[in-house]
Amino acid sequence: MLLETHDLHVRFSTQNGALHAVDGVSLGVGRGESVGLVGESGCGKSTLAKAVLRLLPVAAGRVLFDGQDVGTLSARDLQPLRRRMQIVFQDPFGSLNPRHTVESILTAPLVVHGLGDRQERRRRVEEIVGQVGLSSSALSRYPHEFSGGQRQRIGIARALILKPDLVICDEPVSALDLSIQAQILNLLVGMKRALGLSYLFISHDLSVVRFISDRVLVMYLGRIVESAAGDDLWQAPLHPYTRALMQAVPDPARRRQAPALSGDLPSPENVPPGCRFHPRCPLATEICRRQDPAFRELRPQHAVACHHAEA
Amino acid sequence: MAATVETSGIAPVGRRALRAFLRNPTAIVGSLFLAFVAMLSLMAPWLYPEDPLSMVARPFLWPGQNPAFPLGTDSLGRDVTAGLVWGGRISLAVGLAATCLGVSFGIVVGSTAGYFGGRIDNLLVRLIEIFQTLPSFLLLVVLVAIAQPTIETVTFAIAIVTWPTVARLVRAEFRTLRERDFVTAARALGFGHIRIVMLEILPNALPPIIVTASVLVATAILMESALSFLGLSDPNLVSWGSMIGSSRELLRSAWYLSAIPGIAIVCTVLSINLIGDALNDALNPRSPGIE
Amino acid sequence: MASPLLDVRGLSVRFPTGSPVIDFGFHIEQGETVAVVGESGSGKSLTALAIMGLLPRRAAATGTIAFRGVDLLALPEKERRAIRGRQVAMVFQEPMTSLNPVMTVGRQIGEVLRRHEGLSSAAARARAIELLDLVRVADPHLRVDDYPHRLSGGMRQRVVIAIAVACRPSLLVADEPTTALDVTIQAQILDLLDRLRRDLAMALILITHDLGIVGQWADRVVVMYAGRKAEEASPHELLAHPVHPYTRGLLAASPRLSAGANYRQGPLEEIPGTIASAAGEPGCPFVPRCDLVQPSCRVAPPPLVELGGGRLVACPIAAVPEAVHAS
Repeated sequence: MLLETHDLHVRFSTQNGALHAVDGVSLGVGRGESVGLVGESGCGKSTLAKAVLRLLPVAAGRVLFDGQDVGTLSARDLQPLRRRMQIVFQDPFGSLNPRHTVESILTAPLVVHGLGDRQERRRRVEEIVGQVGLSSSALSRYPHEFSGGQRQRIGIARALILKPDLVICDEPVSALDLSIQAQILNLLVGMKRALGLSYLFISHDLSVVRFISDRVLVMYLGRIVESAAGDDLWQAPLHPYTRALMQAVPDPARRRQAPALSGDLPSPENVPPGCRFHPRCPLATEICRRQDPAFRELRPQHAVACHHAEA
Repeated sequence: MAATVETSGIAPVGRRALRAFLRNPTAIVGSLFLAFVAMLSLMAPWLYPEDPLSMVARPFLWPGQNPAFPLGTDSLGRDVTAGLVWGGRISLAVGLAATCLGVSFGIVVGSTAGYFGGRIDNLLVRLIEIFQTLPSFLLLVVLVAIAQPTIETVTFAIAIVTWPTVARLVRAEFRTLRERDFVTAARALGFGHIRIVMLEILPNALPPIIVTASVLVATAILMESALSFLGLSDPNLVSWGSMIGSSRELLRSAWYLSAIPGIAIVCTVLSINLIGDALNDALNPRSPGIE
Repeated sequence: MASPLLDVRGLSVRFPTGSPVIDFGFHIEQGETVAVVGESGSGKSLTALAIMGLLPRRAAATGTIAFRGVDLLALPEKERRAIRGRQVAMVFQEPMTSLNPVMTVGRQIGEVLRRHEGLSSAAARARAIELLDLVRVADPHLRVDDYPHRLSGGMRQRVVIAIAVACRPSLLVADEPTTALDVTIQAQILDLLDRLRRDLAMALILITHDLGIVGQWADRVVVMYAGRKAEEASPHELLAHPVHPYTRGLLAASPRLSAGANYRQGPLEEIPGTIASAAGEPGCPFVPRCDLVQPSCRVAPPPLVELGGGRLVACPIAAVPEAVHAS
């Protein structure tokens, strides 16, 4: 595995006490694999991404990147790893510094990591800009001169210029128009093939995750509740939350049908006891209110945390 | 593939702001007047090579009485015009130097507190609060009184009472900017703290700092004048404040002696404030001045 | 035949910098749901604002917007205000910013009732509780005294909807009402809007970018591109047999969960370029992104062709039956 987390916990302190944003997550991303992470707002998916990159402190558990414990490395020893794992953000407006030209945005990582001389850096910047589908005339411009889709290309170029092994994509197409989404998704697939990348692809959009992923993890209130490879999840989801998510995707086949799931998303400040999904779950019974279900493999490569998954 | 870049032809932020600034008539008026004062002050050694404190004519010449002394002379027969020109030098120099010092220190403290947060922030915020709870003019008077009134100590003392304003502002800016995705991206790319602070965050925090600094120059000039008025200034140098101070007993008989440097202070401070307002409009992305 | 509830004809919205809505029209009958679909820059939100009479001052709207036979654009502001909020109401995308953070939910709902229906404070509060119950807010008598920040995003949007339907409008304009919400909450809100449409006999204009929502909830769909109508059809027709190259491209470009597309089977179809690429050209705005361009497309925007069954397409290929069936 290129990336592994073991029982990872991330906490924030709030006025009402500790908030468990990530509450015991174990996952793995293999070399060249594309792992989708699905969940709604407040489930902790972006927090998980930042903790993996050590942009947030880890409260407990471990993050291993290529066998090295990211959490315990010194800042100096972390630096070579930073080169190998990168992130693409959701907001194409907030993720680029408005005061820098595209060239300076793309050159800075090379300078910081001491890569190449001036000419070599210029060559690499021009190469990556071409690879993400922009012309080199873009280099002298500022971010505000580009459309959302083009900015996202710049953000992808910045993530890829250091030739990383793992890229965490945090909702990279959610802020884009439909016709632009396809362009960016195809670009990400193309770059994955060309550079042999691994993706941890975070999104709330199941269709997008289904397209880009080899394996999918479903997250609810800080936990992974289901994980499955390939089409298994989509064909035969085991967790009632996964099923509810899939049914909530608008579909012409369900004309004017009431939604599957009632109730509001609980706040991570106030996690229900027992199974954290039980207040919204159509299958909930007494045991769900009392006991937190274990995450167990029910079928090959298909694990779920639910007392009633066999039903 | 979409290699076409929309050519909206918008200039970089700085140039855009400059254009918006130059479209603003109050900015032009303020800048022209300030440039005029600055030019006179710079040329003082050539315009009035003689020491402005030397007695050159009959005392109490009213403005216009003698064409050689267009603004008249004071109770000791010193040339008011020369005093005004030399005094402007002191006022502007102290205003600019004190602001530079105060702003630099404020940026260092504010950016450190805002960027690192946590315990460092707590500590620095306490420090800022201590300075802000003290009445600033009293503190200024005490500082100058203790350290002997020379131009350096006055400058330094004004910087000491003004930096907390800047520090507060910079801290607030840094606290919001450090949460932006481009800063997170910089951290993920392994940029060092100094690089992130200086190259990523500070350029984005500059507009409000520039606006505040321009207003602080005006404040510093007023503070210097007030100190000089109270006699807390270098006795060997003329400043606008000291001119008013030394003639305050003659307010009824020779009011022009207080009025002329007073008008100079008001006009200079006003022009700086006009510039500050215009800068605020030009640099504030939400103002209609720029799209 | 009676005239429709709302009939928009030849609507153009002009700004000093350009015209984001050009010669646009559609109609909606009582109790109907019409979806207006488009991407950012399509002019769909400005159309909504024009119907509401809430366009920015710099904008000039021409054409007619006939509500119950009365042209709203010709009415003086005072009379429009009487219609707005009372007979025609709007729900915005962002429930956070469309509520006043320093006023309780109950006061905000009550305010509309006091202003439009002259209710007393006590009566307005009682109605506010009823309305919260109507939009399925749990414990309405407790929530009525809450401030917006105490509510979740979905709850806030329910409150916004409660305010919109407080005076039982006959037309509700919902501009991307679920875009800011989570998937499971989105389904609930759409269900709520549909239920209110039925129970209050309202017509619903649903402005969205999501073709899935259209298919599930709309009776008729109008596709907008760069300020113009590209296509109009029933959702079933549109999704099964899109005719306009833009609609076709959009459908092909969106991975659909039920279709099960995965990157290993090949890339998604793309619509090249961006919506802005044809700004200032005389012809069809889709020309730079279209793979079926004909010489006439570059001269003038193609007129709407009627294909029967209320179906309209603004593209010359609509006149070629093979092209329609081949899709």
